[in-house]
Amino acid sequence: MSDSIAQRRPLPLNLLISVFLIFWVILAAFPFFWTVWGSFKVEVDFFSRESWWNAIFGTNTIKQTGSAFTGDGYEGAWVTREFWRAAGNTAIVTVSVTVISLTLGTLGGYALARSGQRYAFWILIAALVFRAMPHITLVSGYLLPFFQLNVWGYLPTSIIVLVAINQPFTLWMLHSFFLSIPKDLDESAMVDGCSRFEAFRRVIIPVMWPGVVTTGLFSFLLAYNDFATTSMLLSADNQTMVPKISSFLGSVQEQGNVMYAVAAVVSATVPLFILVLFFQRQIVSGLTAGAVKG
Amino acid sequence: MPHKTFFAFILPSLIAMVLFIALPIVSVVVQSFYVEHGRVLVEVENCQPFGGCTKEVRVDSEATAKLEKEQPLGQFNGFGTYLNRSHLAVTEIGEILSANSGFSDIVARIYNLPFYKALAFTLVFCFVVTPLAMLLGFVIALAVNTIPRLIKGPVIFFSLLPMIITPLVGSLILYWMIHPQGIVGATIQDIFNDPNLSLRASPVLTWASLLFYGVWTNAPFSFVVFYAGLQTVPGDTLESAMIDGASRWERIRFVILPHLAPLATFVALVQLMDNFRVFEPIVGFSAEANASSLSWMIFNDLSGDSQLFGSAGATSVLTIIGVVILLMPVLLRTWREFNHKAV
Repeated sequence: MSDSIAQRRPLPLNLLISVFLIFWVILAAFPFFWTVWGSFKVEVDFFSRESWWNAIFGTNTIKQTGSAFTGDGYEGAWVTREFWRAAGNTAIVTVSVTVISLTLGTLGGYALARSGQRYAFWILIAALVFRAMPHITLVSGYLLPFFQLNVWGYLPTSIIVLVAINQPFTLWMLHSFFLSIPKDLDESAMVDGCSRFEAFRRVIIPVMWPGVVTTGLFSFLLAYNDFATTSMLLSADNQTMVPKISSFLGSVQEQGNVMYAVAAVVSATVPLFILVLFFQRQIVSGLTAGAVKG
Repeated sequence: MPHKTFFAFILPSLIAMVLFIALPIVSVVVQSFYVEHGRVLVEVENCQPFGGCTKEVRVDSEATAKLEKEQPLGQFNGFGTYLNRSHLAVTEIGEILSANSGFSDIVARIYNLPFYKALAFTLVFCFVVTPLAMLLGFVIALAVNTIPRLIKGPVIFFSLLPMIITPLVGSLILYWMIHPQGIVGATIQDIFNDPNLSLRASPVLTWASLLFYGVWTNAPFSFVVFYAGLQTVPGDTLESAMIDGASRWERIRFVILPHLAPLATFVALVQLMDNFRVFEPIVGFSAEANASSLSWMIFNDLSGDSQLFGSAGATSVLTIIGVVILLMPVLLRTWREFNHKAV
């Protein structure tokens, strides 16, 4: 909408808009800042019955540790409870899932975009239905066969499972992205004597990166954020961060070490923060691409 | 594209989906018709030199283990698991309907059956959170659209956070704030001057906070999609509407809303699908006493000491049926459009 309309807005409306937006930004962002701030305090401060000013100034933190900030929670989580192991596992899982599902997805999405056949349409519809399946229903199908085959508990197993769960979404996203690359491009390469695969490799691959990066971000998020699959399919030693946090909760609350869990939660949030910071534009365009074309 | 090339390209992806999405669904259906073996019992006679003989029933753990190894699925149970108390509870419903004291009694007693309790929360979550989140997202999109470009970036950045955050982590962050000793929980207690007011004790508060979490985490998605849609609203139409004397509200009602309607259908579809699998917030809020969902029921069956595959399978199949019903309008429409095109 043009600026001429914007300038004609009456003052009360402008005020209302500002107040509303400030309210929304606080609602969206404050919980994160609060938890990050609180993760450097002791438990009596972060969960203070008396007054939440304690959490801000760290009254009890100063009494107990001598300084207003303490890294005890982080030390407890990362060193004592070996959260670094989970962080390593998460890195392995998310990177593998992203790379594998993008490789499979670009090939498949390209084929779906270039084929006008009936079955291509049906594959897309099937993918839509698969996309809607709650992950935990699939997990209850995996467990028994995996126990029988003795593959339960290992990282590669859950990587493959997450890749598969991710495929429907990746296919849809890349399918609509490849539709936006003109057909003439690869077809003229084929007229010049390339095979279909050569045309894909020499002509399509060089121009597909924006779409691949966007899709990759969402594959990464799915693997990173997953709880249902990884918590059921990984043994305690191989746990990734999210199931590890959930297993923290039970044991840690009894021992009065809730701050370990708070520190772990904050640690798990940091990569996501950085991701949004650098890839905000791609995330927004990815969300809208699915909407406009899908 | 020739068939052969097409399948060469799509085969890896297709194999992954068939092996790890289609087959598990089959496996879930098969599992749901079986139930765990009972323990094998043996009668042992214990004779002591002076006490005479006593008979004792014991669990034959060796035979039980052997049976479990031979038939890991358990024994065939047909639709038994579907109809039992923790799923469709046919007998219990029959009893409730035949002997009750009025409508509210029926509702209250059916709500006490675990499957219906989970179904109720899942549906309420789906159909309350989705429209509210879409409305909030739409209003945020309208508001962000009016502010100067310079502060748009940061506002969008912060708005994305609740959506991008890991569901379990996000729900924990909110839970710690709403906790009776957290900042919001303690403040609410102070305001109402009621030290017993707590999230865990009151089902209403639990539901409210879960729904709040749902709106919080779903609104950014609608916001981003609607915001992108607003950029494509034709300026000419808006201006001619203004010349015709349309007020601000009328312009939203008659120009912007119709323009965004197709996007709204898309957003509603995606969010209904995602909200139907609501699960992590229940774990994060430790809300299972007052609210459970279908996904949480399956998780609970699988994570206990003795994993109830049959029970989890039955709930999964019922959940999948629910998803298909939810998707039915979309599938029917696509089917009709496709046939229309083909003819």
